[in-house]
Amino acid sequence: MVKVPEKATAFFEYAPAPESRSIVDIKASYGLFIDGEFVDGHGKSFKTINPATEEVLAEVAEADESDVDLAVKAARRAYTRVWGRMPGSERAKYLFRIARIIQERGRELAVLESIDNGKPIKESRDVDIPVVAAHFFYYAGWADKLEHAGLGTDPRPLGVAGQIIPWNFPLLMLAWKIAPALAAGNTVVLKPAETTPLTALLFAEICQQADLPPGVVNIVTGAGSTGQAIVAHPDVDKVAFTGSTDVGKAIARATAGTRKKVTLELGGKAANIVFDDAPIDQAVEGIVNGIFFNQGHVCCAGSRLLVQESIADEVMERLKRRMSTLRVGDPLDKNTDIGAINSAEQLAKIRELSDIGESEGGERWSPACDLPKNGFWFPPTVFTGVTQAHRIAREEIFGPVLSTLTFRTPAEAVEKANNTPFGLSAGVWTDKGSRILWMANQLRAGVVWANTFNKFDPTSPFGGYKESGYGREGGLPGLAAYLKGIH
Amino acid sequence: MARIDVKKTYKLYIGGEFPRSESGRTYVVNDAQGNLLANAAQASRKDARDAVVAARKAFGGWSSRTAYNRGQVVYRIAEVLEGRRDQFVAELRASEGVTAAKANTFVDAAIDRLVWYAGWADKITQVVSSANPVAGPFFNISAPEPTGVVAVVAPSGPLLGLVSVVAPAIVTGNTCVVIASEAHPLTAITLGEVMATSDLPGGVVNLLTGSAAEIAPWLASHMDVNGIDLTGVTDPDLATSLEVAAADNLKRVRRAPEAPVDWLATPGIDRLTDWLETKTVWHPIGV
Repeated sequence: MVKVPEKATAFFEYAPAPESRSIVDIKASYGLFIDGEFVDGHGKSFKTINPATEEVLAEVAEADESDVDLAVKAARRAYTRVWGRMPGSERAKYLFRIARIIQERGRELAVLESIDNGKPIKESRDVDIPVVAAHFFYYAGWADKLEHAGLGTDPRPLGVAGQIIPWNFPLLMLAWKIAPALAAGNTVVLKPAETTPLTALLFAEICQQADLPPGVVNIVTGAGSTGQAIVAHPDVDKVAFTGSTDVGKAIARATAGTRKKVTLELGGKAANIVFDDAPIDQAVEGIVNGIFFNQGHVCCAGSRLLVQESIADEVMERLKRRMSTLRVGDPLDKNTDIGAINSAEQLAKIRELSDIGESEGGERWSPACDLPKNGFWFPPTVFTGVTQAHRIAREEIFGPVLSTLTFRTPAEAVEKANNTPFGLSAGVWTDKGSRILWMANQLRAGVVWANTFNKFDPTSPFGGYKESGYGREGGLPGLAAYLKGIH
Repeated sequence: MARIDVKKTYKLYIGGEFPRSESGRTYVVNDAQGNLLANAAQASRKDARDAVVAARKAFGGWSSRTAYNRGQVVYRIAEVLEGRRDQFVAELRASEGVTAAKANTFVDAAIDRLVWYAGWADKITQVVSSANPVAGPFFNISAPEPTGVVAVVAPSGPLLGLVSVVAPAIVTGNTCVVIASEAHPLTAITLGEVMATSDLPGGVVNLLTGSAAEIAPWLASHMDVNGIDLTGVTDPDLATSLEVAAADNLKRVRRAPEAPVDWLATPGIDRLTDWLETKTVWHPIGV
């Protein structure tokens, strides 16, 4: 195998190109957003930090059961008195307004997202925030067209939706939850992740700017117990959750025997399958995008590379060369490809599973890269010599760690790809059209990216098979998830 | 002297065959007047697991049949049922004590329900799929696929209720393991005979008779079952515990109905969509 240069980036050093953070104004402390206003919670508070520097950004209220109850009551009032009976055409205009304000304040949101989450500014600026605005714009237009959604002539909202979102795409996950819920006429109580509450709180401010009626959107910050209080609240009609499969199962158990409608978008261990006829440079870009996008903190990340044996060496060589050009560091630098790991806890998990990968016999490789002294960092990493029995081939690492396996025939690729309790996404790289369609049919996954990867759009349904959860977000199924309809 | 009847032994229907329960157990099934109709097989945990194995084995072949073909097979079940309608009318009258007119109504409705669902085989995809206008140069479509192996606790309606929950599951390409009505199990096994002679591949429908309270928990917690239909569960505590067990591998759950179901009414498509997954495929567009 060709030796990869120690540091390929040495050929072209970049000058720092930091995005200014003066555009954001982070307060010292934040309350809960209930009934249209920021209020003090009854519980403790917690700190949110910048994972790239470990600097404390703000003190945030931790909602307890009584706060959640107040939020649900506010949501119920708003549902019964205002939002549930408002003509769809009027609801639509509020959502269009919100979409526009998100666009107007897009740079501010992007910078804040990168500071609180650790993701590179080029991703928050070019992916997260534009897609957030697109989601509100898309679902806004549905609000007055529900009778055309294929759910009968008079589809009705469910009522109060309790929504719990993860830290990997904080504002984007908020948009996936709130936009369809509001368009359908529901009101919401949303809990952002403990480590990334700030853009949700800024979104609350946007709701105020949009004059959204009080109680339609309530944001309760907190950790697991706040989420449990939402799920268990008897006046919540719908629970929508994105996060780990373990928590998803706990939610399914907690809502058993109730009439709550539940949608779960959970973990994944996607196969990214590269055939020998694939355009290799494009495939390598797809592999890199599949696993290193957003530090690999992506439920649908292409974390299992299945490469056809005949081209495995060549793909690995080119992949390593490409990985050597990835720039890890300051999330606010416009040239950064890989930002900070979101939390110390997540970093520990990535390290633990990577060490296990090595001790189980996988061969580990990372390019030489200088990691900042403070903050949480993990270099882009690839494992070769991985078998299906290895834990790094079975468990979701949720970090920039790729496990590589090989296959000989399409049938073997399918067998290996489907050999997982998950079924969220999959990737296929080949030049042969009939093979793409055959593979797409065989793969038991909710999203199949062929000759592309990690693409998202509000019109395109997203969600998993098997233990990756149930229900879809995006498109018509994403709207149906918030409606009672006559099917 | 009157001729002595040849009575039928009612067994289970698993993998296209009619085995006895491996447990060797049977239970007494009486008619509406309390007279013995038959000893039905009382299925065990092992029978339930065997049925899941049969359903899983059948899934690949059945789900990859064309929708047109699946529609014809379900239509064929209707044809064969029509040919044996007198037998089913007699069975319903005996087991439920209903009038001839009522039994006729239910048998007719069951046949018509099969025909209705048969027609859905190659239409449901068009109704619930979409071409998605994404903001970029990509071909993007979403279409439904079957969920996999579905466990069904059938309602007490021995023929119409049973047909109404099984037909939508299989016409969409799923395979199923069904716990028939405990009180009226015999019609289910006779329906199994109809299925066995209707070009339906073995294992697509597996019928168990016995106690739902005993067998359903094993199916609810089975890691190779993808969905569970609780329509026939009348005990709320049992329903909750089954839903809790189903969370172990995140089975899709159809909860027990809130109000009694009028099985004679034309159904919606929700029993079809309950056992479908949406798959979205992206591909770049370019020259």
